[in-house]
Amino acid sequence: MTRVSGRAMATGAAAGAATSAPGEGAPATRGALDAHAVRKQFPIFRTARAKPLSYLDSAATSQKPDAVLAAMDRYYATYNANIHRGIYGIAEQATAAYEDARRRIARFVNAPSPRELIFTRNSTEAINLVAYAWARSQMKAGDAIVLTEMEHHSNLVPWHILAHERGVELRFIPVTGTGELDLAALPGLLADGRVKLVGAVHISNVLGTINPVAEIARQAHVAGALMLVDASQSVPHCPVDVQALGCDFMAFTSHKMLGPTGIGALWGRRELLEAMPPFLGGGEMIREVKLRESKWNELPWKFEAGTMAIAEAVGFGAAVDYLEALGMERVFAHDRELAASTMDRLREVPDLTILGPAAEKRGGVVAFTLGAIHPHDVATVLDDEGVAVRAGHHCAMPLHEKLGVPASARASFHCYTVPEEIDALVRGLHRARQVFAR
Amino acid sequence: MNGLDDLYRENILEHYKHPRNRGTLEHPDISYEDANPLCGDRIRMDLQVKDGRIEQIRFSGVGCSISQAAASMLCEAVEGKTLEEARQISRDDVLEMLGIELGPVRLKCGLLALKTLKAGAYGMTQWPGEDE
Repeated sequence: MTRVSGRAMATGAAAGAATSAPGEGAPATRGALDAHAVRKQFPIFRTARAKPLSYLDSAATSQKPDAVLAAMDRYYATYNANIHRGIYGIAEQATAAYEDARRRIARFVNAPSPRELIFTRNSTEAINLVAYAWARSQMKAGDAIVLTEMEHHSNLVPWHILAHERGVELRFIPVTGTGELDLAALPGLLADGRVKLVGAVHISNVLGTINPVAEIARQAHVAGALMLVDASQSVPHCPVDVQALGCDFMAFTSHKMLGPTGIGALWGRRELLEAMPPFLGGGEMIREVKLRESKWNELPWKFEAGTMAIAEAVGFGAAVDYLEALGMERVFAHDRELAASTMDRLREVPDLTILGPAAEKRGGVVAFTLGAIHPHDVATVLDDEGVAVRAGHHCAMPLHEKLGVPASARASFHCYTVPEEIDALVRGLHRARQVFAR
Repeated sequence: MNGLDDLYRENILEHYKHPRNRGTLEHPDISYEDANPLCGDRIRMDLQVKDGRIEQIRFSGVGCSISQAAASMLCEAVEGKTLEEARQISRDDVLEMLGIELGPVRLKCGLLALKTLKAGAYGMTQWPGEDE
């Protein structure tokens, strides 16, 4: 993972520069991240409200900077047109902006080619694309898939559907008591040669655990399996290089990385994508249509049926520019420092139990329980203090079962998170203990 | 949106801290468990019914103060009533017992006990008062 931080201010393509003003407004890029300066560029924090917003739910979705909103506004206000069709000026401008966003996002994860970067609605749809187009054309009864016990439902349920439909066996890398993957179990899971796919989350959305996906990919390949990485929580927060990871598919989503909802991406190795049948059928994904058959378009458009989320692609591209201007190494360092200091602060709260591994093994996520107080109640008291945290099972019910807690509360961070928000969190937790003292 | 004092009114905290009818029955005539998939709240209702009358009712499970207080209040309200009388209890009745307004997410917490009771006793599996 040797990515140069803060490099990609220039997009190269003139169309992109004209329409999306890359990296616009991102604060200066030397030294540690100045989260207070970054925060000023997020209108949600400038919005007047009774209590200042302490937004500690960035693992659910991130806030959006002015630059992203402006890029989308500019598309709608000045060159709104459908892409890949019109011959007139703004249609060509829209097509160039859409494809330029793809190029920048592909480069952001160091994809060898933008043709390997397919726009989807979100990570969930990206994983479903693999499940429907790749797995259904490649897997049969008796084949197996290895997943982990800490997967988000998005990387479990598509495989449940496939397992029921095809008689495919699901196996799981266990999670240890400290919330890490028990890699010692992997060789045994791969030993019989029936595993065709290994799928693992890069950074856990509940525990923040950073998983050794490159090592898992290496072992998967030795065993003749492909590797799918759910990068929903990693691409938004740290440098990710698909070539260094050595995976075959990787899913991530715009709305967790300062971009709009409604768009995500699947990166896949070209020869795999070339060989796969389409996922959805419709306009744009075809080269030639007759009444009874059609020929598929080339990559990546083969997998992009119908009018895509154009404004969202433009916003996604602007979000990547903004993050690159900040520098992903610095964003990650900021998140991890906050996680470490939050864990130190939370240890001062009586009855509080932190879930997951030590600070040095996690990203910007801290999940916890507070004695017998239900996380819903914790979150409601925190809400009254203006603090937004997630409470529940965070779409990872099997993991909570494994950890032996029905639910947890979770604080998660991004580039705009400041220490004052952690102060508010700690204040709120003390208050929750008072309200619910038995 | 309600302030904290509105949401956690004295009666809710009182039922949460000192739940009535909490426990299980050894030989229930009706036993039913349901969960709120969004938050993992889980409630089991055990009923002993004689001549169409709820002689004993106990609830057990895990959940937030709203779901647990609502279960406690509901049990208190229906014990000794006939099944037919209990059937008439509506979503609004439960909200009235709680005495608060609930947003869309916490509403499911507040109504889980009623849903569990109705599913167990009458085979009604929809969320009470849910739009068709």
